[in-house]
Formats: sequence, C-alpha cells, structure tokens
Amino acid sequence: MTNVSAAADDYGFVRFANVQKSYDGEILVVKDLNLDIAKGEFLTMLGPSGSGKTTCLMMLAGFESATYGEIRLKNERIDNVPPHKRGIGMVFQNYALFPHMTVAENLAFPLRVRKMGKAEIEDRVKRALEMVELPAMAGRMPAQLSGGQQQRVAVARALVFEPDLVLMDEPLGALDKNLREQMQYEIKHIHESLGVTVVYVTHDQSEALTMSNRIAVFNDGVIQQLAPPADLYERPDNAFVAAFIGENNKLKGKVEQMDGQSCTVRLEDGSSVVALPVNVGGKGEPTTLSLRPERVVVAPAEGSLPNAFEARVEELIYLGDHIRTRVSVCGTDEFIVKIPNAQSHARISRGEMVRIGWAMEDCRALDA
Amino acid sequence: MSKLKTTIIGAGAIAVSALALNAYAQDPISLTVVSWGGAYTASQNRAYHEPYMEENPHVTIINDDGSANALAGLRAQHQAGNVTWDLVDMLPSDAQLACDEGIVIPIDHDEMLAAAPDGTPASEDFLPGSLGECFIPQIVYSTVLTFRPDAFDGDQPESIADLFDVENFPGRRALQDRPGTNLEWALYADGVPVDEIYDVLRTPEGVDRAFAKLDTIKEHIVFWTEGAQAPQLLADGEVAFATGYNGRMFDAIEVEGMNAEIIWDGQVVEWDGWVIPDGPNVDKVLEYVSWATDTQRLADQAKFISYGPARASSAPLVGEHADLGIDMNAHMPTNPDNYFAPIVLDNDFWTDYGDELRERFANWMLQ
Amino acid sequence: MAQADAASLGGAPITAMVTADGVPLKKSLAKAERRRKITAFLLVAPLLAFIIFTFVIPIGSMLFRSVDNPIIVQVLPRTVDALQEWDGQDIPPESAFAAMAEDLVEAQANRTVGRVAVRLNYEMSGARSLLTATARRADDLAAPFQESLVDANPRWGDTEIWAAIQREGRRFTPAYFVSAIDMRYASDGSIERQPENQRIYVTLFIRTLMLSVAITLTTLLLGYPIAYLLATLPLRYSNLLMICVLLPFWTSLLVRTTAWIVLLQQQGVLNDILVALGIIGDNGRIMMVYNAAGTIIAMTHILLPFMVLPLYSVMKGIPPSYVRAARSLGANPWTAFWKVYVPQTMPGVGAGAVLVFIISIGYYITPALVGGQSGQMISNLIAFHMQNSLNWGLAAALGTILLAGVLILYWVYNRIVGVDNVKLG
Repeated sequence: MTNVSAAADDYGFVRFANVQKSYDGEILVVKDLNLDIAKGEFLTMLGPSGSGKTTCLMMLAGFESATYGEIRLKNERIDNVPPHKRGIGMVFQNYALFPHMTVAENLAFPLRVRKMGKAEIEDRVKRALEMVELPAMAGRMPAQLSGGQQQRVAVARALVFEPDLVLMDEPLGALDKNLREQMQYEIKHIHESLGVTVVYVTHDQSEALTMSNRIAVFNDGVIQQLAPPADLYERPDNAFVAAFIGENNKLKGKVEQMDGQSCTVRLEDGSSVVALPVNVGGKGEPTTLSLRPERVVVAPAEGSLPNAFEARVEELIYLGDHIRTRVSVCGTDEFIVKIPNAQSHARISRGEMVRIGWAMEDCRALDA
Repeated sequence: MSKLKTTIIGAGAIAVSALALNAYAQDPISLTVVSWGGAYTASQNRAYHEPYMEENPHVTIINDDGSANALAGLRAQHQAGNVTWDLVDMLPSDAQLACDEGIVIPIDHDEMLAAAPDGTPASEDFLPGSLGECFIPQIVYSTVLTFRPDAFDGDQPESIADLFDVENFPGRRALQDRPGTNLEWALYADGVPVDEIYDVLRTPEGVDRAFAKLDTIKEHIVFWTEGAQAPQLLADGEVAFATGYNGRMFDAIEVEGMNAEIIWDGQVVEWDGWVIPDGPNVDKVLEYVSWATDTQRLADQAKFISYGPARASSAPLVGEHADLGIDMNAHMPTNPDNYFAPIVLDNDFWTDYGDELRERFANWMLQ
Repeated sequence: MAQADAASLGGAPITAMVTADGVPLKKSLAKAERRRKITAFLLVAPLLAFIIFTFVIPIGSMLFRSVDNPIIVQVLPRTVDALQEWDGQDIPPESAFAAMAEDLVEAQANRTVGRVAVRLNYEMSGARSLLTATARRADDLAAPFQESLVDANPRWGDTEIWAAIQREGRRFTPAYFVSAIDMRYASDGSIERQPENQRIYVTLFIRTLMLSVAITLTTLLLGYPIAYLLATLPLRYSNLLMICVLLPFWTSLLVRTTAWIVLLQQQGVLNDILVALGIIGDNGRIMMVYNAAGTIIAMTHILLPFMVLPLYSVMKGIPPSYVRAARSLGANPWTAFWKVYVPQTMPGVGAGAVLVFIISIGYYITPALVGGQSGQMISNLIAFHMQNSLNWGLAAALGTILLAGVLILYWVYNRIVGVDNVKLG
C-alpha cells in the first residue's frame, strides 16, 4: 500500500488508451480498454477465462498487437516496439524455463543477449539465485527441480536483468495449494523489496486479493471495476464483481422507491427490502441486491435493523470457525448466512425458523 | 428339409461321378510356365498356351513372370527339393549354368523335339549354334541401334560406325550400363570383322582397344538400365541414338508411332528358349514342348511379337502381325535383309569374362 | 535394504523374509510373478517369431554367406588334398593332376561341375569354361594326367588355377570381402589392390555415404521450415499441408519416379520453362536426371516425410512460450530461434536424420531409375549381384560391410548426440 501512495504521481507508468483487440475481425475480445498503472504498483488483472485479461498482458508484452488504441510505457508508445526491445520481464504459466540449459544458463540468458561482461553475469546470476533462495541449484537442469523451485527460477530470470516492469501470467496455476500460498507471499515480498512494477494475471480471486495493490476485474473484454482489494470486496460496483469476488447472496427485485441515501426494493416474492443504491436506474427499474453472508445477523434485536425476515433453516455445514447455514427467505432457498462459531450464538437446527436481518448499507442495490 | 437333403446328395453324386469319368479319361494337370511377362508372355499365350489348352482340355497352363530371376529360383527350388516350375523361359547362358548344375534335364533334340514338316530332324532345323545341352531355343532376338531421323539434318546414320562418329552425327547416345553389346560394337566400329570380335576381346589388348573406342563417345552417352528406358529416352527426344531390344523398338515404332528407325547393321543376336526343370511333370512338359516348338507354332509367335523363330523351316511361314496387319518378315532379326552383319552373342565368353569386364565397365562409367 | 537396516539397528540375526505361511518371500513373489511373465512372453511371442524369421535369420544368413565357401571342398576333395603340400611356385605334382581328373569325372557324373566352375570363375576369369569343357571330356583323360589335362586345355599348365583352388579349398573364405574392398590375390598369394580400371566398390561406398549425407541435409533444409509451419499453423491449414507432405507416401514409387523424369529431363518441363524464360539457352539445357542430382532430387522428395514427421511431432510439443520467454528476456527473433527453439528440436532433427540417412543408404530402386551412372549407390550393385550375376557371396560381403558401416556411424552418432536424444514421435 505504501508503494501506491508514494507513486501516486506516477500513474501512467503503463497506460492503455482506448485499446481494442480482435483476432477474427468480428468479435472484440478487448473492448475499449483504458487503464493506468502506477510505477511500483502490483496490479492484478482478474477475471474468468476468455475475459480478455491474458490478451491485454500479451499486448503489453508485445506478443499481440492492439487492433486499435495505444499502449504506452513510461510515456513512450510501444505498439511498434518488438518484444525484445521493451525491456519487460515476464513469468509464464508453465515457467518456460529453457529445458536444454542449466538454471544458471537460464538466468544468464537475458544478460548474455545484452552482451554483459562475464564477471557481471556471474555476479548477477549468483545474486538472483540468492534472492530466490536457490544458490545450490545453479548447475541443475530445470527438469531436476520441483515445481516450486522452477517457479522461483522463472521469477528470478524475469528479474535478473532488472526490468522496471514484470508481467506474470498465472504463474502459480500449476502449484498445489500450500506451495501456492507460500509463493504468493514470496512474490509479494520480492515486489516490495525491489519496488518493481508487477502486472499479474490470474483467475483466482483469493490470490488477487492477497497480493495486489489494485485489481482490475475483467469480464467480456471490459474492466468491470478497478479498485484496491478491500474496496472491491466491500463495495462492488456491479453484480458481476459482487458475484466474482467472495461469496454473495443475490436477491432480485424492482426499485419501488428511491431517495439519495437509500432505496426500497420489492422482491419477486413480495417482500420489501431497504438497500443502498449503488448502480441502479430509478424507480421501477430491475435490480440485484448483493449481500455478503457474514453481514447477516441472526436473531437481531427487535427494531435494530431495517431489514428483518423469518427464515427457515435448510442446511447447516460445520466449518470450524463458522457454520455455513443455508436458509429459505425472501423467495430463495439459496440464501447463505455465516454464523460465527462463538459461545454467544445460540445453536440452531435444521427445519427451525429463525429471524435474520441486515443493515441498509450492507445490502447494495446493483445492476440487474 | 428332406427334399433339400436329397437334392444335395443327388447333385453331389453327379459331380463326383463326373469327376471320376473325367479322371478316367485324362488326369487333369496344371503346368506352371515361367517367362518374362508383359508382351512376351502375351505372345506365348496366344501362340502356344491357348491353342494347346483348347486341344487338351485337361491341361491348365499357369503363367509365372519369374524369368528375370529364374536361375536363382531354380536353384532355390532344387535345394528345397520342391520343384514347382514345370517349364522355364531363359537365356542360353543361364540355361548352360543350370544345365551344368544339374537342375534342368538334358535334351536329346532329335528324340524329344518335332522334326520339320519336310522331315528334317530338329538338330538340323534349328538355327546353327542355337541348341544347347539342356536348352530348346524358341526365338531369336537382337540388340539393335535405333536413331531419331529428326536429330540429323543431312545424312542419316546407317551403321554401327556412325554411332561412334560424333562429328557427323552429333547428339547423345543411350547405351545399356553393361559391357555386353557395347564392347562388341566398339571393336566392330573400330574395324574388327564380326566373326573375329570375341577372339580379339579374349586378349587384354582387345579389351583395352574396345574401351579406348568407347572413350571417344563417352561424354555423349546416357546409360540406361531397364529395357523400357531406351525407347522412352528416344521418344522424349532426350537422345539421338539408343540401343535396345528389337521387339521393344518394334513396339515403340509400329504400335506407339515413335519417330525412329532401326539400324540392323551389327545387330547382336541371341536366342531365348526353354529349359525343363527336373520336376514331377517332366513327361507332360516334354509332350507340350515338342508341340510348342514345332515349325508352325514358332512361326505363329511372330504374329504377336517381332522376334524371329528359331527354326529355319518356320521362316517362310511368318505372316502378318495379328493386330496390326503388318508383314512381320521385314521386322524379323533373322530376315536376310536384316541379318547381313549379325554379331552372334558368345555366351561362353560372357560367362567366363563377364565378372571381370562388368567391374572394369562399371569403373569406366564412374571415371 | 530394510533387512540390513533391521539387522544393524536391532542386532538381530539376519533371516530371510517369509510370508504368513512360512514360504520365503522371494519364492512366493517369484511364483506370483511367473504367471505374469508367461503371459507377457506369450503376448510378444508372435512378434518375436516374426522378427526372428524376417530379421535375425536373414541377417545371420547374410553374414554367414559372406564367408561361406563349401563348394570347392565338396566337389574337388581329392584335388584340395593333393594341393596341401604344394608350394605354389612350380607346376603342381602329377598327383594333383590325377586328383583333378578323378574329381572332374565324378563332378561331371553328379552334374556338380557347373557350380564349382562358377565359384572358381570369381577368382579367375575363364576358369568356368576351363572346368566345364574339360569335365565334359573327363572320361577321355588318362595317365599321365598332367600331359592329358594340358592337352585338353593349356591353361591347366599355368599355376593360376591351381593357386586359386589351393587358396579357396577351405570351408570358409575371406575372398568375397577381398573383392568387396577392391582388392585381389596376387600370384604370390598376397593381397594387392585391383588394377585401377577395375576398382569400383570403395568408390561406390564413399559415394553412397556422400549422397546419403547430401540427401539427409536437403531433407533437413526443406523439411525444417515445413515442419515448423505445420506445427504452428491452425489445424485446418496444417491438415492440408500435411496431406501435401504425405503425398509421396500415397503414390506408387514408379509413378513418382516417372513424374520426376518427365519434369527434370533435358527435354522436360523444367528445362522447357527455363528455356522459355530465357534463363538458359536451348543448347544449355541442364542435366537434372540420370545423374547424382537426379538421385538427390528424387530421393529427397521420397524421404521428406521421414524427416518432417519426427520434426513435426517434436515441434508440436514445444509450447510457444519458450520463444516468447526468450523474446521477453531480450533476445531478437533470430537469437530466440537459434538459441532456444532449435536446441529443443534436436531430438526431432536427430531422429529424422538417422531415419533418412539409413533409408537412403540402402535405397536402390530410385537411383537405378533416375541416377544414371553418377547417381548409382552401393545397393544397386548389391541388387545386381543378387539378381543378375548371382554372386551371392559378394553381395553378402558388400551387405555386411554396409551393415558394419551403418553400425559404426550409429555408434559415432550415439557418442556425439546420444540416442536418448532421439525422438521418433
């Protein structure tokens, strides 16, 4: 976070301006993309597959050309600069370590093509290996390394020639869960200690939330929302982002009444909910209400919350720190409530009727 | 059901008795005849096999195109003790080898072969030098020089000497990639009379002389390997001269309409004929061969292919080509108009010196 | 391992592991495995038998034939015996002539003289007629046999034929190998080179190697870009291209060869085009067939798929991210291709090169048809000796040398490239 504020003036280190991309001349996979990335920022492009995030990364790296618009790096247009002259480090999904070279040769490759002196190459390779804590592996072939070690070598190789910008294309996709979490931390650590700008592509929202300064949520070739992780989770701008990031209860209805601060929504089963208007048209327009399961209060004090309903418990799943409870309420039986596993909470059982409620600010009225 | 059964039994009984009757009359027999395939086997089929089978319905003749490797095949069958070939068409040199090895039967020509219609015994009727210890000649074929008239503006070539005259008759020459014929012609063109050629070739100086003569046209030579290549090279205009077998050249000129002419000067004449492997059907085969090599039958074959009959008495009977209606006499190597300076291939010479000369010729081609 | 650990740790005496019912574990395991092994053997047995009959036995018999030499010992046993003591200098003793006369009578009666005559003719031109002609009159021979034989044919008076019989009167002979490397026996029994105008085999072996290397290089040069295109094009285009590459497999060899002749000969399509375009004059038509160029062109066409397919399968397995990684690391397109892409295709290059080289080294139909003289390979002469001259011993010796050559090259290749680095698909 410190990096972002420090580099706030530098927004525009990387700039996508009105970028469009089509492969076949019929369908736009990237539609009018505008994005500024600050120097030293860790920006994640998050989205489902086919959302256009990888295409954006490839355009930035120079492996795809933009059909329209311009891409700037340090205020220079790079549309016509070939990849090897852009000076951008890149980590690939399958690591792309050259299988016929040793680890040291892999790391030396970017230095050698830059015609560096032998001593300097050796020195830098050594330091890079120390950075990723693999100093003993210099002579190994990539195939002799574990997945996590290969990953670290790939990161070291992308950084060894000291680029200002490093692109990472789902670099942790092939690792198992524990290793992935450890690597997330290590990459984050390296980013912070080197101050390098990172553009990171993933479809894993928890990875994005853990590592990023800002996240650009992609869907259908368009950035749905660009915001720091907390904002994205707490204050999604639209139904897609709300559904894509974290767990989310959706209630569909029509706006019945609206003033500046709140609105009243009539749900399909007839019940009425007071919600925070975020992304709705006006009176009579359809809307989707978004409500995080952990913001639902069980058995609230009478009159403390504007929204309170009788719900029937359908299913209880014990998850240790909390109990995931599925209830029927407001015409849906997919409504999830997370009940913290605390002593103060009464035990409830399946089939029981409970009273639940939530605050107006926690219930965001978004696009239908 | 029972009716069907009776019918089957009835039919079976009739079939069995029919077979038995037939067997009583003559045992059915099939003879495997090995020859060169293509137009040559076809001419044998029409001249010999088909008429014979018509007259002798119990005989079935099966053709096998194995003559190119006949000696190897005969050896293998003989060694395995399972001789399946009944009659084999081969060149006299191979026939002599097979004969020396005892894998084909010796022939008593007057005893086993038909006399001429006028009573001349077989040994006198077959062309001189053609009969072998185990070999019954059938045809005379020759290797001839052929040229494209449109390749030369003025005089047309007419002798073997002209093949070696690149001054007056420029253009490339297609020769076979073997020493046979080429060495004979080199000496003939160098002035050696046809009947002394092999005497000269038996001396090392004679061989050197032949190669020296060949050297004079070497850079104009295209070598061919397979018999079909020579007429093809001529037809494509790739060469001005080509050597080739007279039957193939006849086919290319008369049937395919190729613009070329044959020079009969110095034609290298050889026989081709039958040998009889020492197998189980020798008696039947002898019966057949005696018929198939009689005067009329040999004359008949010339209706279908332009190779000359090996019997003197057949020559007057040679008529027109069965399909083209051309008088075949003019195209026979044995026609006196063509047979004015023949070189009769000396098989003894080539079996003795072939290995050495082939090596030297191969080496000469490589230089 | 486990036992040893247990023993060293616990100090207990080492005992064999046993199963629950007391049978030693190894025995029990072997029993359980036996059934599986028998099944496995039965599954491969048909192929094993097939390979033995179609590969091992033929090659074994070729190796055997290259030294096999039974005929002289069999047919001329007395002569071989009588020549044991002969010093090779003067005319052999009368006993040898007598033995020869006796052998010839028997050979003529058994009709075996033909084969021994052919065999001796390999060693000495003219030996064939010398033996067969004399054998036909063998009954007339009488003592003193030296005089009688020399009367029949003066060549019996030379030592040459006797030296050949003495030398080759052995069950096994190196003579075929001697001929196969352009050597021969001198009159004193030592081995010398053939006179210059009769040397062919060594030249042909070298030329066969050269042509095979040239064909391998041209297929690699032409096949590499095609394979690359195939591996990178979208499927619908690559399928079409693949069909074009495989076309040589689907047309008969003779049709293809004839097509090459029509295209390449001096009056052929290609020359006509060049003349029409004015690139060459009508008198300057280029020889592209019936020479080494014809062999290289036609064989390159025929063998191209053997290069393209292994290359393609290897290239197909190389994700584009390697070259992209190299580019992103600062390599220009050529460096990325040469330093990163090409090394990864080496297994395919190796496999394709070995396939093409080994196939072309033994090819003979195409060189025979389009190779003219300068395009002939050693296999053409092997075929010649198999089918025409019927000198199978020499054919076998040439084949054995070729086989040995290929094995040596394979060994060298293995030392340099490593066979593990070869990937066929």
